[in-house]
Amino acid sequence: MPPQALVEIQNVNFAYGNRPILKGVNLSLPKGKVIAVMGGSGCGKTTLLRLIGGSLRPSSGQVKVDGQVIHELDHNKLYLMRRKMGMLFQFGALFTDMSVYDNVAFQMREHTDLPEEIIRDLVLMKLHAVGLHGTHHLMPAELSGGMARRVALARAVALDPMLIMYDEPFAGLDPISLTVVGNLIRRLNDALGATSIVVTHDVQESLKIVDYIYFIADGVIVAEGAPDEIKSSSKPFVHQFVYGEMDGPVPFHYPGGNYQQDLNLKT
Amino acid sequence: MIGLAKKLRSIGHHVVDAVWRTGYAARFFFLILLYSGTSFQRFRLTIKELFSSGVMSLIIILVAGMFVGMVLGLQGYETLKRYGSESALGSLVALSLVRELGPVLAALLFASRAGSAMTAEIGLMKATEQISAMEMMAINPIARVVGPRFWAGVISMPLLSALFSAMGVFGGYVVGVVLIGVDQGSFWSQMQAAVDFQHDILNGVIKSVVFGVAVTAIALFEGYDAPPTAEGVSGATTRTVVQSSLAILILDFMLTAFMFQGD
Repeated sequence: MPPQALVEIQNVNFAYGNRPILKGVNLSLPKGKVIAVMGGSGCGKTTLLRLIGGSLRPSSGQVKVDGQVIHELDHNKLYLMRRKMGMLFQFGALFTDMSVYDNVAFQMREHTDLPEEIIRDLVLMKLHAVGLHGTHHLMPAELSGGMARRVALARAVALDPMLIMYDEPFAGLDPISLTVVGNLIRRLNDALGATSIVVTHDVQESLKIVDYIYFIADGVIVAEGAPDEIKSSSKPFVHQFVYGEMDGPVPFHYPGGNYQQDLNLKT
Repeated sequence: MIGLAKKLRSIGHHVVDAVWRTGYAARFFFLILLYSGTSFQRFRLTIKELFSSGVMSLIIILVAGMFVGMVLGLQGYETLKRYGSESALGSLVALSLVRELGPVLAALLFASRAGSAMTAEIGLMKATEQISAMEMMAINPIARVVGPRFWAGVISMPLLSALFSAMGVFGGYVVGVVLIGVDQGSFWSQMQAAVDFQHDILNGVIKSVVFGVAVTAIALFEGYDAPPTAEGVSGATTRTVVQSSLAILILDFMLTAFMFQGD
């Protein structure tokens, strides 16, 4: 029997005004797994996360998290649901006016009545889990990009969420930080018994850590499979994407009209 | 013909846009009031903002108040001397400050010092996804971030304007009495006799509360609505200063017309 799905996206359409972003997307996140959603920039990956988090409503179709249709929840129920989710934003989105400690403690203070001593222990444990013990007194401006991402990760898992969402967790990191963050995503998911969805275009790093991959292009899922299947895929788009080829189904040139005509050359 | 149609379309677009934005701003203001509970239940959050918008504005308010009072002392003395009524200098300085200059100038300074900072801060929080992060953590940013800033502005505005007026009166005293030599007794006694608590001071306080609401609401809305780019935030900061300055002056005229009619 396949494991139960924590998130189910059924036939979801979404458009910004007249510009369609997602066209009939079906996707499911089995409990305990790490799933990657890949695709070029602007293909609707982040929109997908926003739909799961309930900050956007689908034009049609439904997004179910833990058995509940997200866009049908009222404000309070949605907020209750979000307490069970953690999200890592592209550049960390740490609160710049607070120290590392206060950032990680933020949700604990807002959502629980835990005494400060317990919060302190929890914060130190979370920071230790991401390998940043001893940084609690620093301000976000004093951290490197990789460290900020790890602090944000500690903050995202502060309340032990059942679902962790990662928006481009690998963007702008050096190779060492890349491996560290990649491993943390896998380890935290397994240690917390959570389910993770990683939206990324970093193919090599994600192939190492995820269980299953979906490819989105032009608003539809064009390919899916386990990492090995993806690596050996013969589909032209997947092949171009995985091996970073310059030209292919995704053309090098912007469809900018007739070049020779623009240069006033006779054809 | 096509040019005309284009122009009409552009005017229509601007009008629709302006109406939409006004509605959005009104909704935003309503939400601030609706979620104000947090600002008072957790008054510490508001105190923190009182420090950054109120206390940090003290120096500019005090220095400006002092100089405005000194100028009033000089100009007032020059004018009153012509009619031989230099002894009325105290009442002139105090009435001008308490009724008009205190609330209006303090609010204008507050808009450029604290209002612009609020817009830039909220705009950057939005641009760096801190606001979205808060929403995803199931924490209402209007209650947690915007509300305390709003109430801190509304509370600090009348206090700053009172300090501005007090410093102004002191400046007028320094120039009028200490430097020029107007009689000290008549300076203070004329002031006491002329300034009415309800008619002058209370109306001045009401004005500064209204300005406080206007400036902070504009500053917070502009920040919250700023496009998440460097250009967007800088444009929003400029708009805050321009719009709140105009709002202060227009509201001042309206309030004055109501308060002091038939004088």
